[in-house]
Amino acid sequence: MSKILINFAHPARARSKINNALRTAVEGLEDVTINDLYAHYPDFLIDVKREQRLCENHDVIIFQHPFYWYSTPSIMKEWLDLVLQHGWAYGSQGRALQGKLFLQAITAGGDDSTYQKDGYNEFTIGELTSPYRATAKLCNMEWLPPFVVLGVHLGLPEEKVKAHVEGYRRTVKGLRDGTLDIEQARQGRYLNSNLNSTIRRS
Amino acid sequence: MEHFLLQLFIFLAASAIAVPLAKKLGFGSVLGYLIAGIIIGPFGLSLIGEIEEVMHFTEFGVVMMLFLVGLELKPSLLWQMRTPILGMGGAQVVLSSSIIGGVSLIFLPWQQAIAIGLTLSLSSTAIVLQTLREKGLMNTSPGKSIFSVLLFQDLAVIPMLAILPLLATVTMHEGGHHESALFDISSLPGYLQITLTLLAILSIFFLGKFASRPIFRTIAATRVREIFVAAALALVVGISLLMMAVGLSPALGTFLAGVVLADSEYRHELESDIEPFKGLLLGIFFISIGASLNFTLIGEEILLIAGLTTGLIGSKWLVLVGVSFLFKMAKKERALFGIALAQGGEFAFVLFQLSKTNGVLPSETIEPLISAVAISMFLTPLLFLAHDKFIATRHGDEEDSREADAIDHGGHKVILAGFGRLGTDLGRFLISAGIKPVILDHDAANVDVLRKFGFEVYYGDITRLDLLEAAGASEAELLIITIGDIEKSRELVELAAKHYPHLKIAANAADRSSAYELMDLGVAQIRRETFGSALSLGQDALKILGFDPYEAHRLMRIFSKNDEEMMPELYKMLHEDEDSYISMYQKHNADLEELMTLDLNVDLEELDKAWTAANPET
Repeated sequence: MSKILINFAHPARARSKINNALRTAVEGLEDVTINDLYAHYPDFLIDVKREQRLCENHDVIIFQHPFYWYSTPSIMKEWLDLVLQHGWAYGSQGRALQGKLFLQAITAGGDDSTYQKDGYNEFTIGELTSPYRATAKLCNMEWLPPFVVLGVHLGLPEEKVKAHVEGYRRTVKGLRDGTLDIEQARQGRYLNSNLNSTIRRS
Repeated sequence: MEHFLLQLFIFLAASAIAVPLAKKLGFGSVLGYLIAGIIIGPFGLSLIGEIEEVMHFTEFGVVMMLFLVGLELKPSLLWQMRTPILGMGGAQVVLSSSIIGGVSLIFLPWQQAIAIGLTLSLSSTAIVLQTLREKGLMNTSPGKSIFSVLLFQDLAVIPMLAILPLLATVTMHEGGHHESALFDISSLPGYLQITLTLLAILSIFFLGKFASRPIFRTIAATRVREIFVAAALALVVGISLLMMAVGLSPALGTFLAGVVLADSEYRHELESDIEPFKGLLLGIFFISIGASLNFTLIGEEILLIAGLTTGLIGSKWLVLVGVSFLFKMAKKERALFGIALAQGGEFAFVLFQLSKTNGVLPSETIEPLISAVAISMFLTPLLFLAHDKFIATRHGDEEDSREADAIDHGGHKVILAGFGRLGTDLGRFLISAGIKPVILDHDAANVDVLRKFGFEVYYGDITRLDLLEAAGASEAELLIITIGDIEKSRELVELAAKHYPHLKIAANAADRSSAYELMDLGVAQIRRETFGSALSLGQDALKILGFDPYEAHRLMRIFSKNDEEMMPELYKMLHEDEDSYISMYQKHNADLEELMTLDLNVDLEELDKAWTAANPET
């Protein structure tokens, strides 16, 4: 059993549909901690010690957030800037995050076709999230391809949303219970590209 | 009575005319007083008599000045200065005495030479300190060196007073010079004398450390200002009497008392109460020095006296420059150090008088020497002027940065007026940021408690100019006003703006109308004291009601910003028309309501687009 930390970042949660739905799906699960960054730090004054302790006490760290400007909401950048201290997260003495799993759970407006070289956004999600992949590497974490919900602004049909919500719940549980095949997961573009084969039936 | 009043009038009127004139001409107040003295003295208009008596009485100004100097010197600071005091001071007194005494030995017997050497080695504490303060040099490093030497000299007077009578060459008819008003300690056996002297010093320490606080607190609680002044004066006069009774210098005693009280919360109050008395007494003292210049004698013996004066200043200057090299002072400091202390001092008058009555020196020797000392004192402000004109400006350019380093950072930058509910948290906050404000409060009980917790709090009514000055307003950068009473705040703002135009002001206002009153006075930084808490509490309320915490925070910020932007507009309207102000206020309230809803809509609609990635292109 691994312990899972979800760092949740959404500045306008009251008007978020998908992110709320995803979050609700994993809320209350055993060994899953949801850490709402905007709710804890509305003034952006991040309690670095608390955040570091949370990270230390969990084995998987998920950043769940909407994909703003090909990146994260601003508080998550602040979080990275402050919490990932030298000597703690990285550097010769910084081993606090070593071996922990790193995962982004992203919701984005455009659909998969826009995140292609010849698509509207010209870059792939993999390219655009490369700074986080590099961050995970520097912190000696095990990076996983992001869990993505794309095409949000087009208005996803109800059953699609439901499928994503269920997929997210299965992913989190799979990470917790060790039933998610990490090696296979790393082969895919997105973590949720082919969940049925990635997660063993338990 | 009439005679006394007339004399008083002449002294006061002369100062009132001469000092502003002298200041206007850039001479400093000391020179103004001296010139006033010459004009109203026996060789001028001959308006005053009994100059010696006046001089003797007003010498008390020196005692008060040393009390004030002591108040500014915490014991720890004094301890830090032990090397310059003993080193520079000791070197200056010993070398000057030896050289002047050595030269005198050519003309006079050795006893007289020693007496003259000792007497003339002293400089004028009154003139030098007054001038240093006026020029704002007290806290600079040459200022401190000069002060150290003066302090040593004041201490050295005590053994000199003891030694002089032993140098008598002429047998005098009996009749002690030294009559104490209370009792004569010298009739007691030696060990008792020493015990009594030690007891006197201990009692000063005890009084300052333990007894003064409850006494001042009780007096302060009555809120009758003149009683506090009376108590402060009684303290200084009482200590002087005690010191004289045991045969010590009253200046030394009050200086000690000042040092002991330097840590007290009543320090600024004491300072501002004693200051005017000291100023007046010293002023009259300077006038009497001017008046005592014997021009008949000077006229007759012009060459002798000119020679003596030049010799006095020249030899002391040489010693001072030597000392400054010995203690490795900076080039610029050396020049000031040399000219500042090259004159004879007011103690010379006392010591010469003593020498005369004890038959150490004959009056025909003393007369020209006294004239030389007086002239050298008269020349001191002129030397300072010359220094400013030629030396200081010449060095100014090349050693600018150096001088800045030399300035002590002891001066506080922030004055916090009012340490009530608002001031307390504000003060704590500033201290946490490494800014140590000088805190002034008018509630004696409050002051006591806060001091216990290590705050630097002083008791006093901040709307008094002298207290503002004592708190360091002339060097301070910022004045923070946290007084609830708008009348007091206004008074303080007006006072500060008038006398310290450089001082930035940040003030709290109890409500909107008080804020407008402060805006009337041009205060740029105003906070309504309940506004911040109101919004914070509002934010809490929204959170409890289930609002998203971040959204509650943003709403609070938006509201606060809108309100801030509304203030100047409302203020402008207020000045145009009272009626339209009210309607404007209502309109703005309506506007604000609209704005708030708009903000909500922005959050709901506009921000939704950005924050939920609804790309319109696709």
